[in-house]
Amino acid sequence: MTVMSVPILSFLIYFPLLGAVILLFANRRNSLFIKVFTLVISLVELAASIPLFFKFDDAAKTMQFVEKADWFPEWGISYLLGIDGISLLLVLLTTFLTVICVLCSWKAIEERVKEYYITFLFLETAMIGTLCALDLVLFYVFWELMLIPMYLLIGVWGGPRRIYAAIKFFLFTMAGSVLMLVAILTLYFYYYNATGIYTFSVLELYKASIPIVKQYWLFGAFALSFAIKVPMFPVHTWLPDAHTEAPTAGSVILAGVLLKMGTYGFIRFAIPLFPAAAIDAVPLMSVLAVIGIIYGAIVSMMQPDLKRLIAFSSVSHLGYVMLGIFAFNMQGVQGGIYQMLNHGISTGGLFLIVGMIYERRHTRMISDFGGIAKVMPIFAVFFMIITLSSIALPGTNGFVGEFLILLGAFKSNVVYGTLATTGVVLGAVYMLWMFQRVMFGVVTKEENRNLKDLGGREILILVSMVFFIILMGVYPKMFFNKMDTTVVEYLAFVKSKSAQSRVLEQNTVAPRVAKEEANTNLTR
Amino acid sequence: MDASIIPACEFRWIMPEIMLTGWPLLLLIIGGLTKGPVASKISGVLCVIGSIFALYFTLNLWGTNLDVFNQLYSIDSYGTFFKALFLCILILVSIVSLRYADREGIGSGEYYALLMFGVLGMMVMTSSHHFITIFIGLEVMSLSIYVLCGLLRGNATSVEASLKYFLLGAFATAFLLYGMAMIYGSTGILDVVELKKYFLLKQPFSTTMFVIGLGFLIVGFGFKIASVPFHMWTPDVYQGAPTSITAYMATGVKAAAFGALIRVFFTAFIPFQFGWSEIIWVLAVLTMCVGNITALVQHDVKRMLAYSSIAHAGYILVAFITADRALASSMLYYLMAYSFMNIGAFTVVIALEKKGDNNSEIDSFAGLGVRHPFYALCMSIFLLSLAGVPPLAGFMGKFYVFSTAVKAQYYWLAVIGFLNSAVAAYYYLRVMMYMYFKETIGEPGSVDKAPQYGLVMVICIWALLHMGIFPKTFLTIAQKAVGIFS
Repeated sequence: MTVMSVPILSFLIYFPLLGAVILLFANRRNSLFIKVFTLVISLVELAASIPLFFKFDDAAKTMQFVEKADWFPEWGISYLLGIDGISLLLVLLTTFLTVICVLCSWKAIEERVKEYYITFLFLETAMIGTLCALDLVLFYVFWELMLIPMYLLIGVWGGPRRIYAAIKFFLFTMAGSVLMLVAILTLYFYYYNATGIYTFSVLELYKASIPIVKQYWLFGAFALSFAIKVPMFPVHTWLPDAHTEAPTAGSVILAGVLLKMGTYGFIRFAIPLFPAAAIDAVPLMSVLAVIGIIYGAIVSMMQPDLKRLIAFSSVSHLGYVMLGIFAFNMQGVQGGIYQMLNHGISTGGLFLIVGMIYERRHTRMISDFGGIAKVMPIFAVFFMIITLSSIALPGTNGFVGEFLILLGAFKSNVVYGTLATTGVVLGAVYMLWMFQRVMFGVVTKEENRNLKDLGGREILILVSMVFFIILMGVYPKMFFNKMDTTVVEYLAFVKSKSAQSRVLEQNTVAPRVAKEEANTNLTR
Repeated sequence: MDASIIPACEFRWIMPEIMLTGWPLLLLIIGGLTKGPVASKISGVLCVIGSIFALYFTLNLWGTNLDVFNQLYSIDSYGTFFKALFLCILILVSIVSLRYADREGIGSGEYYALLMFGVLGMMVMTSSHHFITIFIGLEVMSLSIYVLCGLLRGNATSVEASLKYFLLGAFATAFLLYGMAMIYGSTGILDVVELKKYFLLKQPFSTTMFVIGLGFLIVGFGFKIASVPFHMWTPDVYQGAPTSITAYMATGVKAAAFGALIRVFFTAFIPFQFGWSEIIWVLAVLTMCVGNITALVQHDVKRMLAYSSIAHAGYILVAFITADRALASSMLYYLMAYSFMNIGAFTVVIALEKKGDNNSEIDSFAGLGVRHPFYALCMSIFLLSLAGVPPLAGFMGKFYVFSTAVKAQYYWLAVIGFLNSAVAAYYYLRVMMYMYFKETIGEPGSVDKAPQYGLVMVICIWALLHMGIFPKTFLTIAQKAVGIFS
């Protein structure tokens, strides 16, 4: 573990917060200044995060850019930050999407502009903090902190049913995370009793060997919390409401980053902390993931509302990610991580597209459109590319991820693999059918005849999205290089650790069973 | 030393108490000599100054541990901690009252004198391990508050609150006194420390009279901390009383009752933990659930905060059950955090109230985010802290309290507690939702922008952030305070 001299992660975390605090004192009427200021902050943030990618040591097996400071040493709470190949990519995704979101809100947000951008910067702080924290308390603090700005984004700047959606979002996530907190505390005291050390550092707690029954309980609590965030079937019901009611940028961030926190949580915390339980949970998690894939796809097919359709497609896509992660082989896990990034880009892109057309027509109903391709040709091109990326056409990023996941799934269990593959077909059905109804055919509605095509700002946003769609589709090696070592280490760790705890279990259970048998013999 | 002689030098240890006895008498005289708004201003300012002096004397006592007045009174870090907490509450409440009491026409010499006498009672209550002294403190506190509740004489709910609190309070006090009498009857001892020694010698000790006495003690204290099923008075009294007094009661009285409860039980009754922890387990779960679920359906913010304060008593009881003397500091920390967030929240309620209209419907919060962003922001911080959202003090408090339960392997209790805090998030967020998501409803009253309110809110926010992000200082203080139990 190398301790960096420049606290770059802390900078990334607190710089947006600093921006938000400065904005607090800005003049509310000067909305142009507020927008430009936020854009500058988010651009600086992006620029500061890019060196991470190049300075990151691909071969290192430990956490990098580690920062450590005592926070409350008597309890073992420390300020411990660090990233590996997985969180590195997610941090970059976050800083990138934040810039996109600031740009796409430029005209869409007209009310309470100042509060909006403050909330957004605050959200960025919380997201990056969650991704970098390696101390369970610190992680939990940032994890909960993400809820407030998102709650406000949906509730203040959202659609007509925004209040319902915001409260549903908050309560679902909060209910899950409080159980996780109990599990964190239990783990903490368990580790203390076993070793005599008070610590919340994940790196330390990875070493704990926990009896299998306890692992089931703890994994259950962590998994529930993360599964709600992912969201996995059957706890996904908050997502369609939240997505539909959130403003465009809110949807993009929600799909792009917040959902990833759930899958990231599995990889960073739930699985490596309780590996034996996680491996035992493979059938359950895989079945739920497969149900999510197929159910999400079928439900999307029938949605009349564009945003709702994309929201359900997220359920399906995240099902793939979970399936990949729980395949526990190189292809599956790498594919899962790659798909996390893809989903951020392509579903984020779809939400942007819908936001752009919504700004022009103030409706999202598929039936209100038709023949848009003739009216808005540039728009049509971008929409097509992003749609194809979401379907996972070879050459786009989606293909790489889904292909790897299916490969991994087939390797671990043919049934899951086969069932999941039907999701690919269904995905093509709902996306292409939607695209056809919106873009092709004759223009049926009078209002659609004079829609303006995309402006410079919008093209800039979409070009940058398409750039990554193609780059990640054509040259995935660049990204896989970053996570290769991490994933190999992760899998090796999980496997050896779970085997180890099974051996321990045998050693402790076997004598007990023998003793019980002896006892029964005696009583006889 | 002859027991009947009290050395004069011992008086220097009770300077804060002397201050809080003499100063209010002065206020009463000044109140008699002046009239109207002038009287209110002068006594208010004097009250704040007096309390700051008392706080200074109290802080000087930090670190001293000794018994004075023939073991009837003790100066120790535990008592000093609570004294300082009460004085902080007093200072904040009197700053708010400078404006509020003036507006409602209740500010006079008596008002501030009674506030100070109340705090005197709380101090006495938490600084003694002798049953009689504890009881006297409790009565001094209660009598002051009975009067304070009914100060809005023209307002029927205020008078109702006063009468209700008086009748039920007298009843509960009787329980407490009877419980003390029974314990005395079965052991012949009134001093908690002596009781502890007695039980150590006479283990296992159990007579019917003693068990009943212990039960009565729980009832008596349960009333003052407003735990279910002894909570019935709380919503009506909190709603009817002048709002500054509600803030004072919700924080001061609760902290004092917990202070005495913890001292009595953690000193003397630890050997019987297996007996009473089962009873309090039920009480804690009931208190959390009833408080939170009833709060869900309230339309009046003041009443909602009353139910939420019941629920918070439940959270503290969770740590109380474990009887972990080293971690009793978690309760002290929680009481501290709880006091600041509640005073803050009630201050916002006060600022939004209209004169003479003792009514804080949730509708009056609608659109506050636009009408008055600063108050809305402050209220959000207080509510989020009450809901236990990091990095505010409320989160650290809950974290600490429930970690005590997890450590003692009360897993289900911790799960119930955390689920309750998720339920609670709903009604706290509802207020936020009204402030930010809804348009102003009807003709809103003008928001009172007095600097006094702003000052109190800023102090509370500072305390909450400081306690939440850098809990170390405060935790060390709380840990030192409970050092007397080990």
